[in-house]
Amino acid sequence: MSGGLLEVERVAKSFAMGGLFGRSRFNAVDDVSFSVQAERPEILAIIGESGSGKTTLARMILNTLQPTSGVIRFRGEELSKARRGRRRLDFIRQVQPILQNPYEAFNPLKKVDRYLYASAVRLAGARSQKARGKLADAALQKVGLSLAEVKGRFPHELSGGQLQRTAIARALISSPALIVADEPVSMVDASLRMSIVNLFQRLRDELKVSILYITHDLATAYYISDRVIIMQKGKVVETGPAREILTHPHHPYSMLLKESVLSPDDVERGRLTLGPDGEATRRQPARNSA
Amino acid sequence: MLRILKDLLRYNREFALGAFLVLLIVAMSLASFFSPYPSGMQYVVPFDMPPSWTYPFGTNSRGQDVFWQLTFAIRNSLLFGITVAFLSRVLALAVGLISGYIGGMVDRILMSINDTFVVFPPFPILVLVYFIFKDHMSWALLAVAMASLGWPYDARLIRSVALSLRTREFTTQSLFSGMSTRQILVEEHLPYVLPIVFATTMNNINWSIGLEVTLSVIGFTNIETPTIGTMIYWANQHTALVAGVWWWIAFPVGLVIMTFIGLYLLSVSMNEYIDPRSRLSRMGGTA
Amino acid sequence: MPQSGRDNASADGPRPAAEGALALAVDNLRAYYLMHYFGVEREVRAVDDISLVVRRNEIYGIAGESSCGKTTFLKTIAAAVRPPLTVIGGSARYGFVDRDIYALSPAELSAIRWRRLSYITQGSMNVLNPVRRVRQSFVDFAFRHMKLNRRAFFAAVEQHLQRLRLTANVLDAYPHELSGGMKQRVTIALATICHPDFIIADEPTTALDVIVQKDVLAMIRDAQQQFGSSMLFVTHDMTVHANIADRLGIMYAGRLLEEAPTIEIFKNPMHPYTAHLVASLPRIGEQSRKESLSGAPPNLADPPKGCRFHPRCPLAMDVCREASPALTTLAPGHRVACYSASPLVKPSATAERASRAEPVGMVP
Repeated sequence: MSGGLLEVERVAKSFAMGGLFGRSRFNAVDDVSFSVQAERPEILAIIGESGSGKTTLARMILNTLQPTSGVIRFRGEELSKARRGRRRLDFIRQVQPILQNPYEAFNPLKKVDRYLYASAVRLAGARSQKARGKLADAALQKVGLSLAEVKGRFPHELSGGQLQRTAIARALISSPALIVADEPVSMVDASLRMSIVNLFQRLRDELKVSILYITHDLATAYYISDRVIIMQKGKVVETGPAREILTHPHHPYSMLLKESVLSPDDVERGRLTLGPDGEATRRQPARNSA
Repeated sequence: MLRILKDLLRYNREFALGAFLVLLIVAMSLASFFSPYPSGMQYVVPFDMPPSWTYPFGTNSRGQDVFWQLTFAIRNSLLFGITVAFLSRVLALAVGLISGYIGGMVDRILMSINDTFVVFPPFPILVLVYFIFKDHMSWALLAVAMASLGWPYDARLIRSVALSLRTREFTTQSLFSGMSTRQILVEEHLPYVLPIVFATTMNNINWSIGLEVTLSVIGFTNIETPTIGTMIYWANQHTALVAGVWWWIAFPVGLVIMTFIGLYLLSVSMNEYIDPRSRLSRMGGTA
Repeated sequence: MPQSGRDNASADGPRPAAEGALALAVDNLRAYYLMHYFGVEREVRAVDDISLVVRRNEIYGIAGESSCGKTTFLKTIAAAVRPPLTVIGGSARYGFVDRDIYALSPAELSAIRWRRLSYITQGSMNVLNPVRRVRQSFVDFAFRHMKLNRRAFFAAVEQHLQRLRLTANVLDAYPHELSGGMKQRVTIALATICHPDFIIADEPTTALDVIVQKDVLAMIRDAQQQFGSSMLFVTHDMTVHANIADRLGIMYAGRLLEEAPTIEIFKNPMHPYTAHLVASLPRIGEQSRKESLSGAPPNLADPPKGCRFHPRCPLAMDVCREASPALTTLAPGHRVACYSASPLVKPSATAERASRAEPVGMVP
C-alpha cells in the first residue's frame, strides 16, 4: 500500500483535429505529474485559464476520459482497470465530482432528490425507502440543508447556492475520499459564494475529504487551498504551498496571473489606461470620483 | 394527466379541433361492432342507392351499405396505422437512444444500417414484397414490412437529441450517482425525446395509412378485408365515378382526410405542450 | 428628430462635455414580463421602480446578482422591449432625444442606433458576423452613419483602431481567427467608431480570461475618456466595478438599494446588502474568514412585501416588512434605500403600486 491517495504520473492527453488530410494533434494536457497524500486531507487548487487543460485533467482523474499516455492511480490502483462493473462502482464511491453549473447539474424536468436517493441506493447500500431518506438527510445536514427543504423540488425552485449544496451533499453520500470540484463557485451568486467555499474547508477539516479545487480565481484559491498547481497550455508551470506561491510567484506566467487579478482595493489605485503596447497600466495620481 | 388534457382542451384550439375529429373517427371505428351486416357479405341491401335517411352514406354496387362498410374500413385502417407506428417507434427509439448514448463503433454500425434503410424507396420495396409473398401476404406481414421502412429518419432525430443529452452535466451527475445506462436512458433522457416520438407517431400513422391506401387501391393487399384503400379499389373496379355512384368514393376519401387532419392537429398541439422548453416556462424555470 | 450640436463622427477629438447635462435620465421605470401560458398567468417584476441619472462623460456601474433584473433593465434602456416584456410605467430618456426611448418609431431608432447609442455585449459573436471579415462588420454597422466615401471611411477606421492600440491588420481577419480577448477589443472599437453619446456595456469582460480582462477594461476606460461617451456598465463582479465605474448602483430584486461614487460604496457602504457584498470579497494576502448571506435572492414573480431584502437582512425591523424604503440622499451623491441606515429614510410612495397597469409606449 503506497501512501498516495491519488498519483498522477506523466499524464498527457492529445486530441486530433482536422479531416482526412492534414490531421494535426493538439496537446490539451502535456506531461503533468503530481500526487495527493492519503494521511492528511488537503485542498489542492489547480489554477489555469481557459485552454490550460485543467478541465481535461479533471475528467481524466474522474476516469471519464482516458489519457493518451501516462498513468493515474487511485490508492495504488490504476484507473484504467476501474472502468466497468463493480470496480467502477467502487471507484466512484471514493471519487466524486462537483460540476460548474449548478443549474445544469440537475435534470430540469426531474425532481432534485432523485439523485440523492439513487446515490444512497447504489453507492451507499440503502435498502429501504426509510434508509435512503435518512442517508440523504444526513448528507444534506452536512452542507447546511435538510431533506425537508429539498424534497420534491424541481431545480428551478431552488437558488444556485442551494443547488450547488445539494450537489455537494449528493457527492458526500458515499463518503468519498476525494472530491474533484471543477469551477464549483464561478456560477454561484456572489452573496452565496463564500458559504460554499467555506463549506469546502469544513469538508476537509471535519469530514477528512481531500478536494481538488479547479478554478481560475486566484483569490478564492488563496483563501482555502493548502497547495497550488498553476497550469498553462497543458503544462504545470509552478507548484507549491498556496499562500507562498500566490504571494510570491516565481514563474513569469504565475506573476502575470497574479498581476492581472482585480481587487476591491483597486478603487484607491490609479485609473486604468492603455499603455503604448496595448497593455493595461495605471495612471497616477488616483482618479477623482464623479 | 387529466388536468393537462383539460388545460389543452380549454386553451388550445388546434387541440380541441384535432381531438374532436379524432374522436369522431374513433366513434366510427367503434360503431363497426354494432354493424347489422357482417363486413364480408355482399348484396345485403339494394345497390347503387344514393345517400338517404335509410342509407345515410348510400349503398355501393356490391350491395353493401357504405356507412357500415366505412365503419369497418376506418377501424381496420386505423388499427393498421397504429400498429405500424408503434412498431417503428420502438425500433427508432431503441436504435436512436443506444446509438446516441453509447457512440463509438456501435454508433457507426447502427447509423450505417440506418442510412441504408433511409435510401430505400418504400413504395417500390413494398410492391416487391407483395410480389414475393403473393399468396402468403397478410396484414401482419405488411405491417412488419412497413415498420422496417418507417424507422430510420426518426432514429436519427432521436440520436441527435441523445447525443446532446450525453454531454449535459446532469448526465455526468447521474453516472456518478451510480445509475445504470438503462436507467439513465429511460428516466433521464426519454422525457426529452418524447416530443419527437409523439410528433413522429402521428406522422407515421398518417404515412402508413396513406401507403396502405395506395397499395390497396392498386390491389396489392388483401382486398377482401375492408379498409379505406380497398373500398376505393372496389369502387374503381365497378367504375363508380363513371356510373355516377360518387358516394362510394367521396365518403371514404372524406373520412380519411378527416383522419389525417385530426391527427396532424393533435400532434402539433400536444407537441408544443410536451416540449421541455415550453413545459419549463410554464413551471417557471428555464430549460 | 433628435437634435444635437454635434457634428458627424468623421471629426476627431472629443467633444467638450457640457457641465451638468444628463446623458440618461430614468424615472420610476417599471418593466415586467407578463406571461400567459395554458391558463397560467405569471408576472415577473424584473424592473420595479428604478430611478437614476447618468451624467455626461461618466461610467455608471450597475452591480447585482443573477435575477436582480439588470439584464431586463438594459433591454428597456436599449429599446429592445419585446413581448412578454412590457414597460408598465415610468420613463427613460437620453440627452440626445426629446422623448422616451421606447416611444420612438423604428425609423427613429434606426437613426440613433450605433450613431448615438451603441452597446458592448458579453459574447462578441453577437456582434461580429462569423462568416465575414472584421472590416465587413465595420461597414455593416458604421458606414451609413458616418457619411464618408469608402476610402475616407476606412482611413477613419484605421485611425480609430490606432487610438485604441489595435493594429490595422485585425480588419482582415475572420472572427474565429482572433482570440477571445482580441474579439472583445474589436467589438469595443466597433461600438465606439461613431463616437456615440451613450454606450451600454453588458458583462463585457465576464467571459474573458483573467489576464486579458485588465487590458480590455483599460481599453474601455480609454475609449470612454477619449470620445467623451457616457456608459452604463453592468456586471455582477464587484472587483470590475472597482476598476471601471465612476459611480455605482447596487440592484437587488428589481430595485436600486444604494447608489454612490464607487470609492464610497467600497469604503463606506450604508446598505447591509452592499456592506456584505464588499466584505465578502476574498483578496490575496488576506486570510480572515469571509461570511455569506443566508437565504437566496427572491423570486421576481412573487417578491416579498416591503423591502425586498428583508428576509435575508440581519438588521430587519418591523417597518421593513411593511413598506419598501425610498431611495434617499444621505450624503453628497450617496443614496440609500434602507430604514436602518438613517431615520431620514421613509417608505416609498411609488413602490407599492398595483401591478397590472396599462402598458406604456411600446415599440410596435
